[in-house]
Amino acid sequence: MNISVAIDSVPQDALPSASEAGPAPKRVVVAFGFWIFLLSDIVMFAALFASYAVLVHATAGGPTGAQLFNQKTVAIETACLLASSYTCGLMSLAINSRRYFRTYLAALITFALGAAFLTLEIREFANMIAIGATPERSAFLSAFFTLVGCHGLHVTLGLIWLTVMMVQVAVMGLDATVQRRLLCFALFWHALDIVWVGVFTVVYLMGVSL
Amino acid sequence: MNLLGKLDWSALPLHQPIVMGATAFMVLVVVAVLGFVTMKGAWLYLWREWLTSVDHKRIGVMYCVLALVMLLRGFSDAIMMRAQQAVAAGGAQGYLPPEHFDQIFSAHGTIMIFFMAMPFVVGVMNFAVPLQLGVRDVAFPTLNSVSFWLTASGALLINVSLAIGEFSKAGWWGYPPLSELQFSPGVGVDYYLWSLQISGLGTLLAGVNFVTTILKLRAPGMSYMRMPVFCWTALATNLLIVAAFPVLTAVLAMLLLDRYLGFHFFTNDGGGNQMLYANLFWVWGHPEVYILILPAFGIFSEVVSTFSGKPLFGYRSMVAATMAICILSFLVWLHHFFTMGASANVNGFFGVMSMIIALPTGVKIFNWLFTMYGGRVRLSVPMLWSIGFMVTFVIGGMTGVLQAVPPADFQLHNSVFLIAHFHNVIIGGVVFGLMAGYNYWFPKAFGFQLDERWGKAAFWCWFVGFYLAFMPLYLLGLMGMTRRMQHYADPAWQPWLVVAMVGTVIILGGIACQIIQLVVSIRAREKLRVTADPWNGRTLEWATTSPPPAWNFAVQPRVSGRDALWSSKRQALATKDEAPPARVYEPIEMPKNSATGFVTAFFAVVIGFAMIWHIWWMAGLGVFGAFVTLLAFAFRRRSEIEVPAEQIARFDRAHQAGAAA
Repeated sequence: MNISVAIDSVPQDALPSASEAGPAPKRVVVAFGFWIFLLSDIVMFAALFASYAVLVHATAGGPTGAQLFNQKTVAIETACLLASSYTCGLMSLAINSRRYFRTYLAALITFALGAAFLTLEIREFANMIAIGATPERSAFLSAFFTLVGCHGLHVTLGLIWLTVMMVQVAVMGLDATVQRRLLCFALFWHALDIVWVGVFTVVYLMGVSL
Repeated sequence: MNLLGKLDWSALPLHQPIVMGATAFMVLVVVAVLGFVTMKGAWLYLWREWLTSVDHKRIGVMYCVLALVMLLRGFSDAIMMRAQQAVAAGGAQGYLPPEHFDQIFSAHGTIMIFFMAMPFVVGVMNFAVPLQLGVRDVAFPTLNSVSFWLTASGALLINVSLAIGEFSKAGWWGYPPLSELQFSPGVGVDYYLWSLQISGLGTLLAGVNFVTTILKLRAPGMSYMRMPVFCWTALATNLLIVAAFPVLTAVLAMLLLDRYLGFHFFTNDGGGNQMLYANLFWVWGHPEVYILILPAFGIFSEVVSTFSGKPLFGYRSMVAATMAICILSFLVWLHHFFTMGASANVNGFFGVMSMIIALPTGVKIFNWLFTMYGGRVRLSVPMLWSIGFMVTFVIGGMTGVLQAVPPADFQLHNSVFLIAHFHNVIIGGVVFGLMAGYNYWFPKAFGFQLDERWGKAAFWCWFVGFYLAFMPLYLLGLMGMTRRMQHYADPAWQPWLVVAMVGTVIILGGIACQIIQLVVSIRAREKLRVTADPWNGRTLEWATTSPPPAWNFAVQPRVSGRDALWSSKRQALATKDEAPPARVYEPIEMPKNSATGFVTAFFAVVIGFAMIWHIWWMAGLGVFGAFVTLLAFAFRRRSEIEVPAEQIARFDRAHQAGAAA
């Protein structure tokens, strides 16, 4: 990211203080706005986490987390998602140096890792449903499927978004608009990692010890 | 499998004459409006200049129009309830059967909060904030249009529920287990949930947009402590929207999962927890009341200072009070259900916090009083609403602090005392504020003033009507009357409810005066024509023409202090012998109009309606349509057009010549 250029393009004498500098450049506005949106998304997850915490013991005689969760699968899932964040970072570097091939390659690996994460998650859900641990079974399972499923839904949307963005890179090139959108995508993807760290800790690590 | 889900001819309320009458009236009004537009041949104009407009001023006006229309709808619910309770005493059952009465009070609350107060507040912010900040538009103009149309979609769905199917009978907060499938098997609660989800998404996006606008787009020189107070309150409100609305989305989504997929968040069986809903709902719901009132406080600050001819007293304390309320509003939600059964310590904490939050509000009241003190107060219509607010809101605030005491609340919980309290603050605060803002900024939006005489008549009707309608409810609450009663046994209540009914009729007179005011003003608009600055204003919106051009300011304003326009007017007076410096015009980038908002909203209505009636294929089609719309937006070639400097110069010179003449 060429931060130095962004600052140099503003005449220094017109800057009495940061808050008096006038309208910010579009890249800053877009990224900031998207940050605010991400914060709201995280607040929504906070509500889901709170509900999960309230309902975690409401198993209604059904299976508990300790009986259901397979930590090995979850560890692989987590590794996939964290690695995909790393390759997403590599993609951002490639975009900034305008290297198309590296951008595509990093996007492809990011996509593959995200898809692997999703596949594992869907398999986990399918296995649970197969043994009767469905969201209709108990409030605990309702909260579990909602929290983890909502994160999975975000990952799905992220994969669709990434696909659309790669088409945009191919069609429109790395112009300013596409770069801003890719910046937002990167923010989104990293934020999903942060949420997953919360899910991993609250649901899977703490769930096994309960 | 039924292709139309649960939808069939029985969804039409053919056997309910009152509902049929209301439906017929609604259809007639819609047909009349559509016919009028067709007769005038205005469809193309409407589409180009309004429906696809991404101009914050036009979107703001459309929000306000939506709010005023929904005010009429919500008010007709109100007057029906008052009429019912005025007659249904002793053995009498009144004219509304219980299942209809339940829908009416649910619709009244839902409409007034989500589709009257919210759009009005967002509309006024939309119109005024970018102008006050001295910028061309909000941060994301197309997103702004999407926000508006999503809100309108929610409003449309709620009105469709009148004609097709039914509305929720579970109150405006839809508490489970009553709102669960087991006890509300009809489509009413689904109408409630989907219209709130769709409009809630619109509100959230508007919040993101405004936080970004206020924090990142301000005229050069406008530091935070130079922002008009209305912008500060708008910032606080939008921060609250961003932090609170996602919780509403989450809690309503959980209820939807319970109803559609058999989840057990709030059910009686399977370990569900109903108080979880109450907590989450009010974690959104209490900040929501400050989302509504803070911009009203901002409007009063602008109005009181302008019409007293003085800078606002205690600007810094006003800002501090606003931001204190912004934070404290998240620490009081439990006072909505002290009776839940939490421990004394928990109730004590939330009781004390609820009392503390009254302090910053008190600071504000004193600031407005001291602003008026020693000023040259002009009793124009906006100022009347402001003074009426100060008197009324203090009463409502005090009854609120009274209920912040948990033992007192146990007596008053769910009584009409509570109804009187929150109407006292919402009508006396939010509605009065919005009416002040409507009269204050109308000349800026349309270039002519609203008629003063009818405006004053409207104020007095509302003011007197409000006291007659709601003071009896305080008494009735103390006498033991609970809320939402379709009929009651104690004949001693009836006289007071008749008084309340009379008050409501007087408010109806106020609304009639406002409609007449609008019509009279439009017809006499040439006589009421105003220049840029009709009120001798202090802030930047009065520096540009009325109505402002699409680009707002011909030359980017530069700000060197608080009350930017006032100080530049003072400076111009001091140096009036010198010629003002020549204006240098530059071309301005304008966002292109976009149908994205309108088309997205169309598909949102399709999705909502299909989900309500379980028409799954249609919901899928709606999602697909919305996705394609998004793609079409993402791949469009040009998003901005450039207005040449000559055009801006021509407009500005013509306007200045007009102002001089």
